[in-house]
Amino acid sequence: MLAYILIALVKVLVVFSAMMLIVAYMTLMERKVLGHMQVRYGPNRAGPFGLLQPIADGLKLFFKEDIIVPHANRLIYIFAPTVIVITALVSFAVIPFGDSFTILGQKVDMVVADVNVGLLYLFAISSLGVYGVVMGGWASNNKYSLLGAIRSSAQMISYELSLGLSVIGVLMITGSLSTVQIVEAQSKMWFVVYQPLGFIIYLISAVAECSRTPFDLTECENELVAGYQTEYSSMKFALYYLAEYAHILVVSSLAVTLFFGGWHGPILPPVIWFLIKIFVFIFFFIWVRATFPRFRYDQLMKFGWKVLFPLALLNIMITAVVMSLMS
Amino acid sequence: MIIPLLKGLALTLRTFFTHPVTIQYPEQKMVMYPRFRGLHELTRDEEGKIKCVACELCAAVCPAKCIRVEPAEGPTHQRFPLVYEIDLLRCIFCGFCQEACPYGAVILRENYETADYTRQDLIYNRDKLFHAYQK
Repeated sequence: MLAYILIALVKVLVVFSAMMLIVAYMTLMERKVLGHMQVRYGPNRAGPFGLLQPIADGLKLFFKEDIIVPHANRLIYIFAPTVIVITALVSFAVIPFGDSFTILGQKVDMVVADVNVGLLYLFAISSLGVYGVVMGGWASNNKYSLLGAIRSSAQMISYELSLGLSVIGVLMITGSLSTVQIVEAQSKMWFVVYQPLGFIIYLISAVAECSRTPFDLTECENELVAGYQTEYSSMKFALYYLAEYAHILVVSSLAVTLFFGGWHGPILPPVIWFLIKIFVFIFFFIWVRATFPRFRYDQLMKFGWKVLFPLALLNIMITAVVMSLMS
Repeated sequence: MIIPLLKGLALTLRTFFTHPVTIQYPEQKMVMYPRFRGLHELTRDEEGKIKCVACELCAAVCPAKCIRVEPAEGPTHQRFPLVYEIDLLRCIFCGFCQEACPYGAVILRENYETADYTRQDLIYNRDKLFHAYQK
């Protein structure tokens, strides 16, 4: 019993610190990759190749003045960024990042919590993340923040629909909601081969869900002030910023888990394969940001409801037909 | 509609592997073109004496009124500037003084790194301008 609790605590600690490290250096990776794609260097002054830049950013944000706008709803104002950060971090509890191994007679699964409804848990938690956005916009006592928050939350909800539907194909093939079993079912062949349409719909919905370019009208840095994040400074802003990248990390690791075989791979240890695959996805997110112009808001909503949603339903139908024909 | 998207992605990926065009100041500095108008210099002739005869044509033509000249008689009885001050904070680096000077005594050269801490330090006198490019 004690060993069980200890192992669980250690896993939580390792996953949490690894996540925070990856998220911090994702900010640097984004700036450098974006820079090189724009024929310039990213940050390269704060340490060799700019490797100390995230630390410099963190320190800067830590020492900034922490403003709470007058007439803001204090409780919700302070609570909003924590909601979104918690949902982003907690989503990682059901993602398997390696094969299980035995140490000192104890079997250790490389997943923080092997819940048998893992996929459902993930989508429920990410839906809760929308609350953080709405709360932030409302509590700022600023009509433009509110409008930005409403648009952002409408966008997130619309694309969560096609996100959830696009993975139902995977669910049908595996017959289980548990992420660990989904990864184990891919030991012969990755699901992206069986579900190409599902994967494409998932990818586009994921980019829209994270409010990344080309779907980032509500928070584009060069047009609006910053939407629902306008009135936040110092650590609360840092939490929003971190939550955005944590969200990208969660969505990338989910794509790897559901479609690309999780930690399966020859020769190298499973955790390394997992990290490599996540890295490729994060690079893809940044690559897309560097390439495409952004959608107008009405184009965005039309695309989500009139194109992706029917395509996701079509994918489910085709999967069902093919599965019933094959068995 | 999909093919142009993929072509765009290919272009950005190709650009990712090209060498950036950034010039890493201050380790690397851009070389200025020959007619670049930077900090002034009071030139010297073959014997090393100052060419300027304090005719005050440069002060007259200066649009920003930043040149102050006071003529005096030199040791070899020729006319030379006792005081020649350019207020770099007023100067617009237009080069009119260089065009107006009949002897080519004042020219604008390539130094653009003249930042300093006080207003007083940025009023360059005759000796500073005479020795401006001798490092």
